[in-house]
Amino acid sequence: MIRKKSGTSESLHVIGKNLPKVDAMAKVTGETLFADDLFLPRMLYAKALRSPHAHARIVSIDISRAESHPEVRGILLGKDLPTKYGILPVSQDEEAIAVDRVRYVGEMVAVVAATTEWAAEEASELIDVVYEPLESIMTVEEGLDEGKVQIHEYADHHNIHKMVCLEFGDVDAGFEEADHIREDVFFYEGNTHLALEQHAAVAHYRKDGKLTLWSSTQTPHYVHRALSKVLEMPASRIRVIATPNGGGFGGKTDPFGHEMAVSKLAMLTGRPVKFTLTREEVFYAHRGRHPVLMWARTGFASDGAITSMHFRTFLDGGGYGSYGVASTYYTGALQTVTYKVPHYRFEGVRVFTNKPPCGPKRGHGTPQPRFALEVQLDKAAEDLGICPISIRRDHLVEENTLTANYLRVTTCGLDECIDRVVEASGWREKKGKLPPGRGLGLACSSYLSGAGLPIYWNKMPHSGVQIKIDRGGGVAVFCGSTDVGQGSDSVLAYTVAEVLGVTLGDIQVFTADTDMTPVDLGSYSSRVTLMTGNAAIDAATKLRDLLFEVAAEELDCEPDELDAHDNRIFVCEDSDRGLDFIHVARKAEAKFGTLGSVGSYTPPPSAGRFRGAGVGPSPCYSYAACVMDLSVDPDTGQTTIHDIWLAYDCGTALNPVLVVGQVEGSVYMGLGEALMEEQIFRRGVHKIPSLLDYKSPTFKEMPPVHTLLVERWDPRGPFGAKEAGQGPLLPVPPAYVNALYDATGVRFDRVPVGPDLVLEGLERKRKGREPRVGPKGVPAVQWQPLDKVPLPSQNPEDEGV
Amino acid sequence: MLRLPPFRYLSPRSLEEAVSMLADHGPEAMLVAGGTDVYPKMRRRQFEPKVLVGLARVGSLREVRGTPTEGVSIGAGVTLTQLTRQAEIVTGYSGVVEGAEVISTPQLRNMGTIGGNLLVDTRCTYYDQTYQWRKSIDFCMKKEGSTCWVAPGSPRCLAVTSTDLAPVMMSLGARLRFVGPEGERVLDAADLYREDGIHYHTRQPGEILAEILLPSAEGWSSTYRKLRRREAFDFPLLGVAVGLRTGAGGEIEDVRIAIGGVGSAPQLIEEATEILCGKQPSEELIEKVASMAFRSSKALDNTDLIPIYRKKMAPVFVRRALRGLLGLSP
Ligand SMILES: Cc1cc2nc3c(=O)[nH]c(=O)nc-3n(C[C@H](O)[C@H](O)[C@H](O)COP(=O)(O)OP(=O)(O)OC[C@H]3O[C@@H](n4cnc5c(N)ncnc54)[C@H](O)[C@@H]3O)c2cc1C
Ligand code: SF4
Repeated sequence: MIRKKSGTSESLHVIGKNLPKVDAMAKVTGETLFADDLFLPRMLYAKALRSPHAHARIVSIDISRAESHPEVRGILLGKDLPTKYGILPVSQDEEAIAVDRVRYVGEMVAVVAATTEWAAEEASELIDVVYEPLESIMTVEEGLDEGKVQIHEYADHHNIHKMVCLEFGDVDAGFEEADHIREDVFFYEGNTHLALEQHAAVAHYRKDGKLTLWSSTQTPHYVHRALSKVLEMPASRIRVIATPNGGGFGGKTDPFGHEMAVSKLAMLTGRPVKFTLTREEVFYAHRGRHPVLMWARTGFASDGAITSMHFRTFLDGGGYGSYGVASTYYTGALQTVTYKVPHYRFEGVRVFTNKPPCGPKRGHGTPQPRFALEVQLDKAAEDLGICPISIRRDHLVEENTLTANYLRVTTCGLDECIDRVVEASGWREKKGKLPPGRGLGLACSSYLSGAGLPIYWNKMPHSGVQIKIDRGGGVAVFCGSTDVGQGSDSVLAYTVAEVLGVTLGDIQVFTADTDMTPVDLGSYSSRVTLMTGNAAIDAATKLRDLLFEVAAEELDCEPDELDAHDNRIFVCEDSDRGLDFIHVARKAEAKFGTLGSVGSYTPPPSAGRFRGAGVGPSPCYSYAACVMDLSVDPDTGQTTIHDIWLAYDCGTALNPVLVVGQVEGSVYMGLGEALMEEQIFRRGVHKIPSLLDYKSPTFKEMPPVHTLLVERWDPRGPFGAKEAGQGPLLPVPPAYVNALYDATGVRFDRVPVGPDLVLEGLERKRKGREPRVGPKGVPAVQWQPLDKVPLPSQNPEDEGV
Repeated sequence: MLRLPPFRYLSPRSLEEAVSMLADHGPEAMLVAGGTDVYPKMRRRQFEPKVLVGLARVGSLREVRGTPTEGVSIGAGVTLTQLTRQAEIVTGYSGVVEGAEVISTPQLRNMGTIGGNLLVDTRCTYYDQTYQWRKSIDFCMKKEGSTCWVAPGSPRCLAVTSTDLAPVMMSLGARLRFVGPEGERVLDAADLYREDGIHYHTRQPGEILAEILLPSAEGWSSTYRKLRRREAFDFPLLGVAVGLRTGAGGEIEDVRIAIGGVGSAPQLIEEATEILCGKQPSEELIEKVASMAFRSSKALDNTDLIPIYRKKMAPVFVRRALRGLLGLSP
């Protein structure tokens, strides 16, 4: 293990410094080749014909007119790739191209490859499809109606894709103890990732029978598995290379039909094939935030301590499974990791609807319940006459404990996060003294640093790293991780540079290539820094041990007296006594043979043993507290956000400037969800599938963000690091509506809230109606009997895991 | 990405040449200036011209002549960016600058022209979509279909006027000089527009807008206020333009209030002129005029934000525009 480099940052040379990303120059100069920048000789272009119906049976498809188009080289239909797949083993319900049924407007029905993109589009419209339209399900309520058409043959029940009913402890008894009980309903609208780069894939099939797919994907390993299944080809003949992603945010974590289609077309035509989705098609590929209706009943003691919590979520899933089963669990998982919840009951349903499938978006399934919880706390604080700070700050989870639902909290810097935002925002001086129309809102949150379990059950590592040292002094690092802009390539380089003491310029990082790099599960669940970081430390430490052994011999000291920095290995106590890295590397190669090492990381086992215990556990959790200061124009309902303070416990900030970037980006995305973003449908079709009409904030809507880093060193993270990629989004929507309440006296129990809804709220208040804008109730559901799980404290067997 | 269909591009060097090229190709041809409306719509196949007559090289369309005192004429090809910087306009016609600088983004203002802006297509969320999207709703009356999905009983298309500069021009009393195969004609800006989402203007097929003629700015002040979701990119959901002339004693000598974005045509609120002219401004009068704006706005569910909200904003914006020009607190 790394002796000197754990715990303190004093002896660190790379970690903790504000360094440029390793790919920064390539990105800003346009050198980076994204998937759509790839051009291969004789390449064809693919375009899809898509369903105009939300729900229909395909009666017949006639391709004869399209085939006679002079520029067409191949046409693919669903029947050519009939094997079903899906990201989760339990939801293998997708077809690369619809075979005999379409389940949302925009689903692919045929794919045409032609010599130009325009010709492919033109020819796709020459395909004649006869549909038999079916009744469509466009809302959760319709989906729960058993009298309506069933979208899939498989489901927990009719159109209920997944139902979860769990109880930890004795919730009823917990309510008995409460001095005050609140029941509220909330709605969080669905929205999409809006990565600037639209998905693109290029496939090349070599004459020797090997297929290469370049794709803007966050999960090349899962794409590799799905391709092998659908193409019915050994994985060893398929190479998947994830090109640099121009943003992903969860939108590129599923295997997609266009990836399968270009692969098959490349095999059929013998020519490389490219498919770049249009922006509109990205709205159909979707996998974005689930719209979630929520009901929360929480009991409080008079000091604000939660005595019991009962949470229900209703997810509008869209037409396919995707990550939906996990999403459903996630809407009930992380309620417990911020404030103590002694008894907890969660019931959730995900309903199939005839819309593009929802899936994981930054925060995956947790921003919606977090919103509900933080708004409800704000209300409870008011009911109980205590301040919004103390209702949170006084009841935080303790470090090194298990929550009621068996999540292991290692470190929690939320206390300090709250203190920092309260202090920086001047909350105590301002709160209650602001002019009319101006308000402050507070909210907190937590997120995973990597899912504790893989998507398909296996006992192999979640991340692997190989390192090779060259005789010229170069260090090559290989890892399956995928840089989606978050800086994971840089984290690999920083980690290895720190351990080996080489300069960043001497490190080459090779990532996300299933032929060349060891498996990393992918860029999702904020797992990469923690898992690849630990794997890289593992691999680099093994090499360092070899180097130090050789250096110690020559310097006539013990290996543990050595340190390495700036391409030198030297004696800590007498830094003039040292050797060049190259020199030591060559000697080590002479002594040990080719210098290479492997490292891997597997998360610690999770504590829960109940069904569903796989979703929620993580090596450690990040924490955030956010304060927002805004004004509301009483005549127009328009809001101006003056400032946002966000304090973030990311463990050690491996590169603070990158963490700040993640925080600002998350705040921006959270504001979009709070203020305006809506994936909504009308007449069965996405209402506004364009960058102009799907409203998302611009630079001009972006207020100043004051990021405050709280570096609570976590023993499980690489150099103590946790995560920063997703968590900072979570407190933003609830902080917004809590601030709106402070400014207007109107409760907004939903997001987004645009000026039209603000004005509606103001008018309701003026007219003496309930000053609230939000959903009225939740539909009735026949819940299954609860799976009752004893609390960890009553279950000594599981303690201390 | 969405590709442009194939087309022929013609590049006339003079207005006369442009007029004859346009005449030669008849309904197959379309004019293009900055192309910021034309090209995206060709990609979505809302426009399907076989021939484009490009005005970019017609030098005369780029000229700005005159002074604020005598009046200024602006070539139809002047870009929106240039409008916001041109000294003659900046000093005399703040409404034009305020209107131009809130159009979309800097990049788009560098390409987009005033002529293209005044003739920009009406908008509707059922229509501003790709071909495949429109196919999924079986198209609509504005193109290839027969029903208006905004109001299925409506005999006409209700698409929304979305030019920011049209109300400004109406509030200034601007006149427009068109050149066509039959010669020239000059009309009031207000007469260019029709309350019909499909036939939204009165320009004849062969005509080219050559110049926008602004009357003298002596004694006038003007302003433009725009409602939109975001401070960039977005088309107007409501645009209020006011031109105002006050006398030495502070009385209103003349005023024109025009609103856009809440109907198929921008409209002058003529009663407002009648009510305000010759009077000292007062809270009551301003409120009276503001409430007229509420009645004149016909917001429907075919743009962003809830229609009733947009309708309610009309009086707020008129009140604020008037108060701003009169130097009153908002
Ligand atoms: C993302 C986006 C946002 C936008 N936002 C706004 C906005 O906020 N406000 C707004 O007002 N507009 C907006 N627009 C529309 C448009 O960009 C502007 O109105 C612009 O000024 C149009 O000018 P242009 O020169 O590019 O027109 P073009 O696209 O070249 O032409 C537009 C129309 O005018 C006709 N035309 C052009 N010149 C002449 C002429 N001299 N005589 C006769 N007909 C002519 C063309 O045939 C065509 O029908 C937006 C467009 C986009 C794509
Ligand atoms: S207003 Fe009606 S006819 Fe006009 S574009 Fe919209 S839907 Fe079509």
